Amino acid sequence: MKITAAEALIKALEAEGVDLIFGYPGGAILPVYDSLYNSKKIKHVLTRSEQAAAHAASGFARVSGKVGVCMATSGPGATNLVTGIATAYMDSVPIVAITGQVPTGVIGRDVFQEVDITGATAPFTKHNYLVKRAEDIPRIVKEAFYIASTGRPGPVLIDLPKDVAETRIEFKMPGKINLRGYKPKVQGHPLQIERAVEEIKRAQRPVIIAGGGVNSAKAEKELMELVEKTGIPVATSLMGIGCFPQNHPLSLGMAGMHGSPRANIAITEADLIIAAGVRFSDRMTGKVSGFAPKAKILHIDIDPAEIGKNVRVDIPIVGDLRVVLSEISKNSTKKDLYEWYDFIEKISKKGVYEKKGMLCPQEIIEVISQKTKGEAIITTEVGSHQMWVAQFYEFIHPRSFITSGGLGTMGYGLPAAIGAKFANPGKTVINFAGDGSFQMNLAEMATIVENNLAVKMVLFNNGGLGLVRQLQEFYCDGRYHQVNFKFTPDFVKLAESYGIKAERIESRKELPQAVDRMLSEEGSFLLECMVDIRENVYPMVLNGSPINKMIGG
Amino acid sequence: MKTILSVLVENHPGVLSRVAGLFSRRGFNIDSLAVGTTENPEISRMTIVVEGDEYIVEQVKKQLNKLVDVIKVSKISSDDSVSRELVLIKVDAEPKNRSEIIQIAEIFRANIVDVSRRSMIIELTGDKDKINAFEELVRPFGIKELVRTGLIAMNRGPKTIKVDEEEKD
Ligand SMILES: Cc1ncc(C[n+]2csc(CCOP(=O)(O)OP(=O)(O)O)c2C)c(N)n1
Repeated sequence: MKITAAEALIKALEAEGVDLIFGYPGGAILPVYDSLYNSKKIKHVLTRSEQAAAHAASGFARVSGKVGVCMATSGPGATNLVTGIATAYMDSVPIVAITGQVPTGVIGRDVFQEVDITGATAPFTKHNYLVKRAEDIPRIVKEAFYIASTGRPGPVLIDLPKDVAETRIEFKMPGKINLRGYKPKVQGHPLQIERAVEEIKRAQRPVIIAGGGVNSAKAEKELMELVEKTGIPVATSLMGIGCFPQNHPLSLGMAGMHGSPRANIAITEADLIIAAGVRFSDRMTGKVSGFAPKAKILHIDIDPAEIGKNVRVDIPIVGDLRVVLSEISKNSTKKDLYEWYDFIEKISKKGVYEKKGMLCPQEIIEVISQKTKGEAIITTEVGSHQMWVAQFYEFIHPRSFITSGGLGTMGYGLPAAIGAKFANPGKTVINFAGDGSFQMNLAEMATIVENNLAVKMVLFNNGGLGLVRQLQEFYCDGRYHQVNFKFTPDFVKLAESYGIKAERIESRKELPQAVDRMLSEEGSFLLECMVDIRENVYPMVLNGSPINKMIGG
Repeated sequence: MKTILSVLVENHPGVLSRVAGLFSRRGFNIDSLAVGTTENPEISRMTIVVEGDEYIVEQVKKQLNKLVDVIKVSKISSDDSVSRELVLIKVDAEPKNRSEIIQIAEIFRANIVDVSRRSMIIELTGDKDKINAFEELVRPFGIKELVRTGLIAMNRGPKTIKVDEEEKD
């Protein structure tokens, strides 16, 4: 029996195990929504903007380890997805985005709500498709999920013209897919692994830098195994946070621009760096020539293009982290690193702040960290608050810190928290936001309420754009410009208007009880904390400095 | 430094723009790019001449390989390969200059493919040096229009660049 391609799309999604789609309808994607109406397996979550749908899919994917799916109509719907797609691309998050497109016959004529979304997203999708033949739908869906989730994960877009969606076809799910040009390498090269083992044997000041790749490859056990076998300490990138428990004695904390002195100095003094699934972004390396100047660098990544892209590499290994790390540990033994530990022990593990005057964001995060014992899933927006969360919340579980590291997208956190809560309803989900970021996607409080999600929102209200203000302090001689809001709404009333419990605190002594109330509240909760915009993120590595030259550390 | 890359790609719409887009986005310089189908109609072959040092060429290769529609990227060594470019040149050909131009064309084994009262079109294939030399010689007569295809190249001897379906990487 023939069915429409739109129905085939839904069937193919079901066959891929999709049970949740975040989206927003419109004319060009009408046939797909009509088919989705009949699906018993797939729940659709209507967000309040397409960007939020893409971020929610991304939060869902990062917490669940599955592929997140979002959907939008053509034109403005599709362009609203763009920020979410680019965010997912930069952080290697597997999502499949489905967009409606105007009918094939009028493509290219600038008709109502037409935009070339495959062209627009080509630079920041792992792959994308404009579906020209209805029969191709099942194959394309299968390929899209395969490409998104294998190798280095990333977003894939499927653009479906309306007339193609309405065409009737015989539905047949394809068997094995074979993409000649896409064969991710899983096994590491045995000779290189041997060399790695040798270097590890020889090293006296080794450091592992674990990146987001460990989280996405779900290689935390293999990482732990290597650490326990060898005794090598671990620093993480921002994206790697959580892949190694921060309460472990060998955890150095986060490295890089706002990293811990311990991680940054250890890296600078190291004689061997084992970089696992980390892409050496400029935020991690600081001035590249001053990065790990004494070390041989062993770089393991599933994406060969990352190796040697930003820093010189002595031993490159392309492969899946789980496989490669366990191959390496198999042949490694415990090292005597006591001198190295002694050296490291003397360097401070955390940034410092002064607990006086107004309530400090750092202490709020510390209190929440203690009270949740690292068991919550934390999402953040982008700004100072994001860096403080990275520094002061003690993460012990992989995939529990969900933040936009690569693109640095304000407005990411709240919708990502929605996705996270769907992925793991049993866990406490907390979004930390600055008042700037919060205002970018606060309409998603409606989605939270509509879906009975208990999302906790901690809002640091400093009346402006703190991190940009800090940059202006350092780089523009304190000429503060466009970083203070002249108007802000009453956030407590705003949350209450959505039916969400909310509270505002201004003093230190209110803090513990307020956090208790937030955490014990069954539903969502907004905790607005009045903080000082002059509070800077320290330590900080200035532009053009190596990472061991930190100020305020 | 110039490097010749031979790139086998799926003959799908949009692949050329993806490849070209990659160059502009990553700030790589393309010297020339020539595309056509291969003996297998499903596969096209692009010959790309890249300007840049070893690091750049390595990056170009790796980034190209990341594209799902790119099947294979190979470097063509300039000493062990045949490379050609086709050029059409429309020159001013006053009757008094005509025989001289024809003579030059003969020396270069170029073909005269169109003649009118005041101009001719000359077709020439060859490597870059030959084409440049020819261009210099006819320039004094006046070049009205010139079009080059960009380089295509192939390794000498039995070595081939082919899709190996069994290939592991
Ligand atoms: C969409 C977007 N626009 C602009 C920026 C640049 N930016 C980075 S941090 C920041 C300030 C963030 O302010 P807020 O959310 O209030 O957090 P705070 O730094 O005050 O904690 C801005 C504007 C960005 N990262 N994303």
